[in-house]
Amino acid sequence: MVDNLLQLTPRGLYCELGGFYVDPYEPVERAIVTHAHSDHARPGCRKYLAALPSQHLLRLRLTEEAEFTFVDYGQSLDVGGVKVSFHPAGHILGSAQVRLEYRGRVEVVSGDYKLESDLTCKAWEPVVCHRLISECTFGLPVFRWPDSAVIAGEINQWWRAAAEEGKCCLLYGYAVGKSQRLLSLLDVSIGPIYTHGAVEKACQAYRVSGVSLPDTEYVGAVERRDTWAGALVLAVPSAHGTSWTRRFGNCTTAMASGWMMIRGTRRRRSMDRGFVISDHVDWPSLLRAITASRAESIWLMHGYTVAVARYLRELGKDALALGQRTFDGSEDAEYLT
Amino acid sequence: MQDFVRLFHALDATTKTNEKLTALRRYFANAEAADAAWATYFLCGGKLKRMISGKLLRQWAAEQADVPLWLLEESYHAVGDLAETISLLVIGGADEAPQSLSEWVEHRLLPLAGMEESLAREGLRDIWWHTRIDARFVLMKLITGAFRVGVSKRLVTRALAAEFRIAPEVMAHRLMGQWQPTAEFFKSLKRAEQDGPLPSKPYPFCLAHAWPASDPLESLGNCEEFAAEWKWDGIRCQLIRRDGQVFIWSRGEELMEGRWPEIEQAAAELPDGTVLDGELLAARSDGRILSFAELQRRIGRKRVGKKLMQDVPVILLAFDLLEQAGTDIRALPWTARRQQLELLLSKLPDSAIRINGLIEAKSWQEWVAIRESSRSMHAEGLMLKRRDACYEVGRPRGTWWKWKVDPYTVDAVLIYAQKGHGRRANLFTDYTFAVWNDDQLVPFAKAYSGLSDVEIQQVDRFVRSHTNETFGPVRSVTPKLVMELAFEGIQRSSRHKSGIATRFPRIVRWRQDKQPEDANSLEDLQALLPPEAPA
Ligand SMILES: [Zn+2]
Ligand SMILES: [Zn+2]
Repeated sequence: MVDNLLQLTPRGLYCELGGFYVDPYEPVERAIVTHAHSDHARPGCRKYLAALPSQHLLRLRLTEEAEFTFVDYGQSLDVGGVKVSFHPAGHILGSAQVRLEYRGRVEVVSGDYKLESDLTCKAWEPVVCHRLISECTFGLPVFRWPDSAVIAGEINQWWRAAAEEGKCCLLYGYAVGKSQRLLSLLDVSIGPIYTHGAVEKACQAYRVSGVSLPDTEYVGAVERRDTWAGALVLAVPSAHGTSWTRRFGNCTTAMASGWMMIRGTRRRRSMDRGFVISDHVDWPSLLRAITASRAESIWLMHGYTVAVARYLRELGKDALALGQRTFDGSEDAEYLT
Repeated sequence: MQDFVRLFHALDATTKTNEKLTALRRYFANAEAADAAWATYFLCGGKLKRMISGKLLRQWAAEQADVPLWLLEESYHAVGDLAETISLLVIGGADEAPQSLSEWVEHRLLPLAGMEESLAREGLRDIWWHTRIDARFVLMKLITGAFRVGVSKRLVTRALAAEFRIAPEVMAHRLMGQWQPTAEFFKSLKRAEQDGPLPSKPYPFCLAHAWPASDPLESLGNCEEFAAEWKWDGIRCQLIRRDGQVFIWSRGEELMEGRWPEIEQAAAELPDGTVLDGELLAARSDGRILSFAELQRRIGRKRVGKKLMQDVPVILLAFDLLEQAGTDIRALPWTARRQQLELLLSKLPDSAIRINGLIEAKSWQEWVAIRESSRSMHAEGLMLKRRDACYEVGRPRGTWWKWKVDPYTVDAVLIYAQKGHGRRANLFTDYTFAVWNDDQLVPFAKAYSGLSDVEIQQVDRFVRSHTNETFGPVRSVTPKLVMELAFEGIQRSSRHKSGIATRFPRIVRWRQDKQPEDANSLEDLQALLPPEAPA
């Protein structure tokens, strides 16, 4: 049986047998893409292969003339003799774990993933493999997500209180995935919901893909509005503190991110509130997922790779921290895109 | 307990003084006296006696969370705060203990101190199990003695005064000295105002405006209408001698008690009913003023040891007299007050209270030249005061001018970066800068502040992608970024590799237009040093 289906090269994870990269860092001939976030789906490749439900989001990001192939979750495709299939990762709409099989050897690239429920995408499923290549953006035991239903309650309470005080709520989150998940948690009876341009585009892609979301209105399409009191605006974090926010008048701001777990990042963001809500695995789910995969070898990418690898090795597992380029676990890089 | 936890998080979430004041008032209005007493104690900077060593805390928390100790340390690096790391790490139960703050402190925290190790460990595990994250964090802060939430004793005093309708100086007086955080004590804070003037009551400080360095002094008028003194870099103080007692107030209107024994002693020689305005400074017995760095060794020390008092003696350089023989003389012109001050202090030879000398000059030009020598005197520049002005309240225009020398600036290369703590955990925000010594870069200053949020993000990204080596939390990066640093003072230092130490280094701007080769050299910095002082 072959030992390695994948290896890490300067351009990213490479499968020599099949002649393709998974989430390459640079333009390559053939790319398999786990999901539509910009640090995974890079433009400029000639051929892309991805999970079918990510179709509309990917097209949003990769508009150039390239050859796209989409396959549904669970179906497999032969790429250069390697059997490739996609399995739900629960991260955002269309996010997938990529399973590779060659002569009985199975390796899985997790992409970004979470185990918590999310109404806007298909739930993560364990995939049994010999080697799991997992992200660990939040791979430290201090990261343990609170129940998202509780956080949803806090967000709605924050909105309701602001509405009563005649304020507008500015809720910041990553445009693709996070914003739609937030949308699915909002209590629409409180007031109208508006969106920043980048968020609105992603919402449309979700709706076209068949995900039902509450009604939203693009801020830029609003002709005149005397007051934004009682409204909630979903925006990207990079808009915080810019002149774009001035139109909303008296408002209160909040950020939704796993990093809000840490007081320092909460305060540095200089927002009124920070809600802990993440689309990545926290420490306990990371360990659960690794166990569920029954993998005998674990490679770690993105985040606290060295710490997680050492922890797993001490538990007697074969684990390796993969070297990486510029991303070292800062979701900042992702949500500021 | 929940009220206090809510108060902590409300104070923590805002930087606005008014919002802090509102939160404090709301808390004090509703809290039970026994709890409010402890809250006042902690908010004013009071600490509990250290009950468990940091080492044991780490060990027990790691055990409880079922993670190896190194992983706790790794987490601590990411979080930047031990109390927070532990509260996030340990596994909590579902229920929250219903006790009040005073019950928590008196029945669960204080007893930990005298306990046998195994019992203390159980006590702690019990605390972890019966708290949710918010409360656990506050309790861990109290246990580790790192409880700080961005309020000063002065702000707490203001809130209490406003809430219970008591004059702020009366409240400050009541919060003076050593007190026990008991319900009785807190009730005594609220009692209606007593009769009679308070001996400790200070006058509001008169503050100076900055004179723009580029403006011609001639526009102030005739130079004979002004007097000049050195502007010192120390602690501005008001010294009060009344009723046989001595009180020293800082400009932050904080009463400094027992921290400057030599001044208190000297003040006992002053006649009753005297109030002085002046600058507290470190100085040798021959009167030579020492740098602020020396004074800093005594700042923040609540108790001063003999050795430190010997190494860093302090003096008060008085420059104004506000009250004489119990009479408020602030309405007199500066010339008259100065005369009285000179007369008063001439009766106290060899005292730690001295007069700040005047700098005579016949023209503005003379003062311009004298001001240039400020640095060699450890002064920040000159103060210009109108001779006919009374002692005003607040920051009046046109009577007092501070005329500082420009800060030093150099271009330096960023060579090390470290993640920030607290507010900036997770971003590389703490930088070490170097200058050239031949073909080597020698580190000479650390700076945290001065960049915009966007620039911080950019530097953070640069650090992550240009790390050459990692030493614990510190990363050495490719020397590429050049920044302009400003600092207020520079002196020789044997503790620093570069042989120099700078005071208040900060980033003025990121010189994206400059290459590392363009940065300054160690020689350039050495040229800024004051002349070598005889030991
Ligand atoms: Zn992602
Ligand atoms: Zn990612």
